[in-house]
Order: sequence, then structure tokens, then C-alpha cells
Amino acid sequence: MSDTTAQSGKPKERAWYEPDAKLSRRHAADRRLRIYGIAAIVFALSMLATLVGTIAITAAPAVTQTMVTLEVEVPEGAVDPSDPRGGSYQKILNESVARIFPEVDTPRELRELRQIFSNGGQYALRDKVVADPSLIGRTFEITFPLSDIGDQLHKGEIDRNLPPDYRRVSDQQIGWYDRLVAQDRISAPFNWGLIFNADSRFPELAGLWGALVGSFYALLICFLVSFPVGISAAVYLEEFAPKNRLTDLIEVNINNLAAVPSIVFGLLGLAVFLNFFGMPRSAPIVGGLVLSLMTLPTIIIATRAALKAVPPSIREAAIGVGASKMQTVGHHVLPLAMPGILTGTIIGLAQALGETAPLLLIGMNAFITAAPDSMFNPSTALPTQIYIWADSPERGFTSRTSAAIIVLLGFLVCMNAIAIYMRKRFERRW
Amino acid sequence: MTTLDTTEASGMIMTKTAEDTGTLAKTATAARAGEHETKISASAVSVFYGEKQALFDVTIDIPARQVMAFIGPSGCGKSTFLRCINRMNDTIDICSVKGKIEIDGANIYDPKIDPVLLRARVGMVFQKPNPFPKSIYDNIAYGPRIHGVAKAGSAMDEIVETSLQRAGLWNEVKDRLHEPGTGLSGGQQQRLCIARAIAVNPDVILMDEPCSALDPIATAKVEELIDELRTRYTIVIVTHSMQQAARVSQKAAFFHLGNLIEVDETDRMFTNPTDQRTQDYITGRFG
Amino acid sequence: MSVSLLFAIVLVLALVGYFLGRANASGLKASGKNLHSIPPYHGYYIALWCGLPAFVLVLVWQAAQGSIIDQILIAGLPSHLTEGTSAARVSLILGEIKNVAAGRVFGTPEPAVIEAAEHYKSLQSTASLALVACTLAVAVGGIAFARARLSPDFRARNRVDGILRGLLIICSVLAILTTLGIILSLLIESFAFFSRVPVLSFLFGMEWSPQMAIRSDQVAAEGAFGAVPVFWGTIFISAIAMFVALPVGLFSAIYLVEYADKRVRSFVKPLLEILAGIPTIVYGFFAVLTVAPFIREFGMSLGLDVASNSALAAGGVMGIMIIPFISSFSDDAISAVPQSMRDGAYALGATKAETIRQVLLPAALPGIVGGVLLAVSRAIGETMIVVMAAGLTATLTANPLEGVTTVTVQIVTLLIGDTEFDSPKTLAAFGLGLVLFISTLVLNIVALQVVKRYRERYE
Repeated sequence: MSDTTAQSGKPKERAWYEPDAKLSRRHAADRRLRIYGIAAIVFALSMLATLVGTIAITAAPAVTQTMVTLEVEVPEGAVDPSDPRGGSYQKILNESVARIFPEVDTPRELRELRQIFSNGGQYALRDKVVADPSLIGRTFEITFPLSDIGDQLHKGEIDRNLPPDYRRVSDQQIGWYDRLVAQDRISAPFNWGLIFNADSRFPELAGLWGALVGSFYALLICFLVSFPVGISAAVYLEEFAPKNRLTDLIEVNINNLAAVPSIVFGLLGLAVFLNFFGMPRSAPIVGGLVLSLMTLPTIIIATRAALKAVPPSIREAAIGVGASKMQTVGHHVLPLAMPGILTGTIIGLAQALGETAPLLLIGMNAFITAAPDSMFNPSTALPTQIYIWADSPERGFTSRTSAAIIVLLGFLVCMNAIAIYMRKRFERRW
Repeated sequence: MTTLDTTEASGMIMTKTAEDTGTLAKTATAARAGEHETKISASAVSVFYGEKQALFDVTIDIPARQVMAFIGPSGCGKSTFLRCINRMNDTIDICSVKGKIEIDGANIYDPKIDPVLLRARVGMVFQKPNPFPKSIYDNIAYGPRIHGVAKAGSAMDEIVETSLQRAGLWNEVKDRLHEPGTGLSGGQQQRLCIARAIAVNPDVILMDEPCSALDPIATAKVEELIDELRTRYTIVIVTHSMQQAARVSQKAAFFHLGNLIEVDETDRMFTNPTDQRTQDYITGRFG
Repeated sequence: MSVSLLFAIVLVLALVGYFLGRANASGLKASGKNLHSIPPYHGYYIALWCGLPAFVLVLVWQAAQGSIIDQILIAGLPSHLTEGTSAARVSLILGEIKNVAAGRVFGTPEPAVIEAAEHYKSLQSTASLALVACTLAVAVGGIAFARARLSPDFRARNRVDGILRGLLIICSVLAILTTLGIILSLLIESFAFFSRVPVLSFLFGMEWSPQMAIRSDQVAAEGAFGAVPVFWGTIFISAIAMFVALPVGLFSAIYLVEYADKRVRSFVKPLLEILAGIPTIVYGFFAVLTVAPFIREFGMSLGLDVASNSALAAGGVMGIMIIPFISSFSDDAISAVPQSMRDGAYALGATKAETIRQVLLPAALPGIVGGVLLAVSRAIGETMIVVMAAGLTATLTANPLEGVTTVTVQIVTLLIGDTEFDSPKTLAAFGLGLVLFISTLVLNIVALQVVKRYRERYE
């Protein structure tokens, strides 16, 4: 059909619908833009994949912890049953190691031998004896971690084929380790210590418990302060505030506060809470207060959006039956807006959980080997613990840092999943 | 030619697709014949939005250099059909078009046809004036520039001037060509959009309720303009106003619930409609 | 008695007050009186009068107690310990007294200190006793006061509404107080800093080596606190970040809004937003663990000399973090351009690319610019990525393969560990913080204005 038209028209002249070089150039430009777009998205997503992937791979070795099982004999005289904490457990352990490796006797060799075992063995033994003093005078089995290098040897992270000068363990240490394996003394159970131990200088003993408790306290404070205050501020601004200069000032303020760098909040915490009010350094209470100031704008903005979404007809209906403005808001508007408010709050808390810089400034990066008893005790938090570990030179900390990041990301995923679920479940279209 | 005459004479509902296909070869010849040749010929056009069918087997011939008005109650499919003529429906993901529309004998839904070239030939003016947030000059120059008709300079100045003159806007804006087009009044904006469409040198101009957002004085000006443009362009206008259709169009097509009910000379349709539904609509019983 | 226990007691008293008020009002009602407000409001009224003053009292007391006791202690110290010594010395003595009081005795303290420690202990126990007594008195007094006002025509509901409204106002003013707190603390500490180091030599000095300024006579030495190299490093790394984030964010937004079909969009958009939800410490570790070694190896293979903490690694990773910012702002801005603009361009026969480049982007430009400004402000305030991946030494270089330092890195390094508030090192951090705060504030205000004006244009 179109051919006939073309032929029956002036043969030299191009029909209007026939593309020319100009047109194909224009379409090429169009395809290029599309390709740039796809390339940009592929780049961004592949970076996301690389980030998550490399961290997951690095974290993998920390999933298990290599343990060794020894028979120990706690002689009657070595530990005082009335004060079992005071015993010299390291000596007891050394003796039981010596029973397995009787030929090792020079001090240098002994030191090398002990390097395979974790320094935490004595504490594991002590805790066991303290829990059950009847073990004194008996021989029993105890399982405790291998040291960093023992752990890496077990996980194949040390290349045995390298010449001894190039690796961190000597041939002798490898031989001892192999003997322990041959005697079936080595096991690699799930690394519960990573979660339930407090921090330690030794990677094989270091865990996140202190940081988890610290983060929990800080988030608790953050929630207790920012949730009621944020809702109140939003309710006032949205429902009660007259349109005047003060209200405008508060609005501009909140929007700007939301974009102030987090480290500035750290400076505020340092100058006001620590220096001016003399609150305890490194304590979760201060961290929580700083985080709550940061979370406040997020909650206010989310709450105002949720309040705006409640149609005015609801307010009119309540006022119409004689409710006061306060009752209208308290009985009708707030409950209807609550899912949106909670969603915003959870997202705000998730941000607060990952926040590091302000906590560094108020000293929550201290080295603390016990979980805090209260929110006034020095403590770390999950992100600052990651920072401490990332800065530690021991190789074992690399995988633990990654594992800690996975734990942090796990919490964030859960919190966001709850927020998304709530939004989906309770979302109401008016 | 003959077929056209009979359809006009009888004012019949054009659903006999078999006969239409037979006439296509003739319309191609008719394209060169003069006054009232068929410019656009649609046969059995159906439009679907996802599952929902919005237009049912529309078959119609639109004559060259006349104003054809599509009338009907809102939601009747007249705008949908209008947007088929320059394939604007392509930009809506879920929309699909069946059937055939030919312009000068070439099927515009042929995969070989590039909508970019089609739209250069079939201009469109929208319900609400939509000048780009650029200067008046750049609004007009945009089309010629992208199609490579003219580069910047005197050639472009000429196109801008001619287009604005044809749209009857030149005298009002010639001193402020470089001010933003969005600063004009509503009626001026709409005439700017018409000038913008003219600048690409189309054959056909589609107008989708072009006066619905304008006040009566601006409407009168645009209607006057449409009447002048008829000498050069084939114009299809969708309107919800009977009076407007009567004032500007030579032929009218009545749509109802996605069906084309009746096509006729405007005068005849308004005085003596064949279909009961057309009569009801014109006399104001629904719509 | 611990503070939380005290709070619990106040809460219980408030509850008692509530039931008291309610029962009282119900009694009045039962006796045939016409109440203005329903009984629970009388209860709320009493509860608020009981709880609020007591709560505020405890908070203020807690904040003030420490410094008041310190003043009393200092006043009570023998003159040879306090007279003619610096404030730092006095605070050291105070610290020693508190340590001794807590049983942490190092060496042999002076008898005066031991005496003061005893004094301190007794002061503390007196103070907490007084606190408990005052709080209880205020709480019970509040109940009594409020209860005396109850009567059938008492407008309890209006009063309660009024009190609540006052509380709401206080909460919203807290946002202003926070800003005020930030500004004041930055200004005060910065003034202390600028009294030692001249403002101009801080702002325009070319040499930054605060760790060298240990001795007091070195402090004022020109050059130790010249922040230009630090500012430069911040700008440089932010520029690298924007260089990565701007094209990637903009192009992906264009693709998602104009090209991608709904399914792809609903799948890719949340994935991109994940990038914004990852804590910056994770990016920092990623930079150190993966990106920096990669860039280093890659550069070495080309025969280039790459620092392990190169600006490229830090800036590049920061760019990845910022991608979702740019893309979501651009996405919003492009989506907000009315459909009629697209229709107008398509109807003229423009291709998608032509429509985007010549119509949509110019129209969306203010929104995009606003987003970019916010992203820049985010980049210069970003801390953890640069703390972990950027350098510590301030170098004036335009070579992205060398290490540079940033304002935030310096703040963290200067303040980590012990912070003596009168050392110029510490104060320098606040000076940097002030500069950081002002520059991000200006960027934010401009950005929010641009975005707001843009929104108005299409509404």
C-alpha cells in the first residue's frame, strides 16, 4: 500500500514517513540516553551488591569459632573452695596442655605453644569452677576457644605452603595444631560468643554483647524522649499553632535541623551534656539524648505528614458533637494517624541505630570489657563497636567487624521490614 | 470520490469495513485530486486500556482542508480517537490500538512508520494551554529545531514570525519574543501552542477541546483562527460545545459510549440528525 | 534513692491524685450537682498538678546539684589549695576529692582532700534526702492545691486542655532550643579558640598541624591552625563524591521516570533506596576493605603511585552513598513536571531524549539543583566514611590518588580520647564545627528555598 503511494507520488521525493539519516541520528541519541540510564542503575545496584557481597564473604569465617577441648585436673590445693575466683587457672591449663605435648620444654617453645590457645581459657575454666565448686579435685573436660592464629589455621586462612617467615605461625605450631586435630580435640561450633561476649582485646573472645546492650539503652532513651516530644510538637504545629512568625520559625528550624550534619550533634552533646551538665562520659544516656535530638525532626516530619493525611471531616465530626479541640485530636486524629507516626518513628530509630559520629564524640568508643549495668555506665554501641574493631590491627577482627556489620544490617532490615509491614497493613486511603 | 459523496449524502453510520478497504486505493488517488479529497481514513479502530475497551470499531473518513468536529458526551471516546490520529496513545503504557488509520494512504500504525515523523505531520493542540517554560521564541523554534528544519538565525526567525502571524499572535508578542511563554494570558498561550504546532509545517492539526480553559473573548479569537487555518490545514477538533461545533466545523461526527454514531455535514446533523441518540444529545436530553 | 524510683513514686502519687479528683467529682455529681466537666477531667487536673511540678523539680535538681555541690566544696577548701591556682587545677582537685569519696584512693591524698571527701559524701546524702523531701512535698502540695479548686462549676476540661496545650508548645519550642544549643555551644567554644588563634589565621592559614601545638608557647604560632588545607580536602572529596553521584543519580532517575516500565521501577527504586539506608560506618568499612585496595592495585598496575587512603576511595564511596539522594530528588523533580509538557513535546514529534533534555530537565532544574545542594551539604558533613577512609594529614593537593583530610575527620581526631576543654586542640574542633555548621546551614536554607519555590510553581 505505502509502496504504491510512494511510486505514484513524485519518485525522487521522499515520502513523509520514510526515515532519513537525521532521524536515525535522533533515535540513536534516544537509545544512548536509555543506555546511560541503564548503565547508571546497573552501576549503583552492582555497588550495592559488591558492598553486601564482600561484607558477607568477609564475615563468613566469623560464623564459627574454633574451640579446643582439654582434660583439666583441678588439684585440691590449687583453688580455695571458699574463694574459687582466686585460683591460678592459667597454671592449671598450662599443665593440662603440657600433658598433651610432654616433649615441649624450652620457654620459647612453650610460649609458641600457648599462642595457639586463647587467653580466655583460664576465664572459661574459672567460670566453670565457680559455677560448680565440686569440680575441685576432679579431672574433667573443658572446651574453650583457640587463639586468633589457631582459629585462622583451622579455617584455612593461613597458607601452609608459604615459607615460615612469610606466615604468622611456625611449622612447629602447625604440627601441634595438627596433633590436636588428630586427637579430635578441635571443633568449630556456631560462634555464640560473637553475640554474647563483651568486648575483648583478643579477637577470639571479643563479642557484641556490651555494644548491643549499650545500643539498646541508647535507643530506649532516644525513643522515650523523641517519641512523646516529637508527637507533641507535630500535633501543636499541625493542629493548634496559629500562623505567625514563631510557628514559621519553628518550621524552618525543624527542616534545617533534619539536615544538620550528625557530627554537629556530637559537638552539641559534648559541649552541653558532658561539659555543661557534667553527665557521665561514654554513657548510653548521653548517647540516647544526642540521638533523640537527631531523631526528633524525623519524627516530627513523619507525624505531621500522618496528621495531614487524616481528612478534616473527621475533625469536623468530632467538634460537631461537642468535643474540645484537644479531645478531637486525642480521641480521633491521633489514633488514626498512629500507624503513620509509628512507621516514621521506627525509620527514625533505625537511622539512630546506625549513627556513629556523634557517639564517637561523646566517648562511646571506649574499650570496655563488660556490658553496662545501667544507662549511666560507660558503654559502646553497635556502630561504635564496629568502628573500634575496624581500627584493630589483629586480622581476626576483620571478619568480626564484617560479622558485626551483618548483625547491624540485620537489625536495620528487621526494623524497616516492620515499618513497611505496618505501612502496608494499616495504610488507609481516604 | 464517489464513495465519499455517497457517505456524505446518506450520513450513514460507517461500519461496512469491507467496502472501505475497497476504497483505499481510490482515496490514495483522491489525495491529489483537490478540494474535498479524504485526508485521514480510519477503519475499524478499537482502543483498549488494559482489559477495558474504550473505542469500538470506528470507521471514518476525514476530508482535507475542512474542519471536522468530534462531538459527544464526556467519556464517549472522542478524545481517545483523536489521540489515535497522531499516535499520542503510544505514550500510555496500557493502551493498545487495533485497526487501521491512513493518512494520505499510508497506514500510520504500520511498524515501519515512525511516530516522530507522523507527529511532525500531524500537530496537536491540547485542552489546557501547555507552553514550555521557555521564551515565546524558543517555544515556536522548538519543533523546527528538533526536526532540523532550520538552524538558528534568520531562517528560524522567519519560521517563528510566519507561525506567529498565522496564529494571529505576531502583533501582540513581536516586542517580547524572548519573554517566557508562560507569562502570556490563557488565550494567548493557546494561540502560542497553535503557532508552535504550525511551525513544524504539519498537514493536519488535531485540537482537543482547545477552548475549554479559555474565557469567551479568547475563545472567539481561537475560533476565528481555526476558521482561517482551514485554508491550509486539515483540522480535527474535539469539543463539548454544540455552538462551537456549529460555528467552526463543516463536518461533525457524533460519538457515544465508544461508538461512532453518525457523521455528516455539521449543518445537516444539527438540523436533521438521523440517529435518535444524536438527536437526544443535540437537543440536550443527555450529555 | 535513685531517680527512677523517685519518678515512680511521683507517678503513683499522680495516679492517686487522679482517682481522688475523679471520686470527688463523682461524689459531687451523685449529690445532684451539675458539673461543668465530667469527673475524669477533675482527676486529670489533679494528676497534672501533682506530677508536672515534681517532674520538673527532679530534672532541674539533677542538672544543678553537681555544680552547686562543687561550689560548696571549693568554698570549703583551705585557701592554699585554691588561691592563685588555675581553674584546671581546681577541677583536678575536685576530681581527686570525688575519687577519694568513691573509695578510689591513689597515693596519699592531702588531709584537706580527705576531709573534703567526707564533706562531699555528707553533702551528697543531704542533697538526695532534700531532693526526695522536696519532690514529695511538691507532689502532695500539688494535689492539695488542685483539689481545693475543685467545685461543680470548675472548668476542669478547659484547664486540662490549657495545660496540655502549654506542654505541646514547650515540645515544639524544643526544636528551637536544640538549634540554639548548637549555635551557642559552637560559638562559645569557638570564641575561646579564636581568643588564642586569630580568626584570620585560622580561616586563611595554609598550615594545619594541631598535633604539633602541644606546648602553650607553640599554640599561637602562626600556621599550626591554618585550616585552608582542611577546607580544601573537604571540598575536594565532596567534589569527587558529586562527580560519581550526580551522573549516576540523574541518569538513573531519568531512566526510572521516563523509560522504565512500572515493574522495573517498583523493583529498582526500593533497591536504590537501600543505599540510603546503609549506615555510613558500613560504607567506611567497605571503602577500607574493598574500594581502597582495589584502587591501589589498579593504580599500581598502571604504574601510578596511590596512597592507601586516597581521596578517590573516600570520595568515590561517599558518591555511592549519595546516589539515592540525587536520584530520588531528581525523580521527584522530573515526575513533578506536568504531563502536559511531555504531551506538548511528543505532539511536536520530539523523541523521548529530546523531550527529556530540552523540556523536562530545564523545567525540573530548580528541583534537581535543590537536591544537589542538599547532597553537597550531606557530603561535606559526612563523617564516618572519611574518618575511616580518608587521610589525617592536611595536604593541599589536587591529585585524587593522594590522601587529604576533611573538616569532619579533624573534628573526630581532635576530640577522640580525652578532651580537655581548655586545650586549643579541643577548641579548634569547635572552630571547625562552627564553619561546618554555617556552611551546611547556608546550603540547606538555599536548597529548601529553591525546592519550595519550585514546588509552588507547579501547584
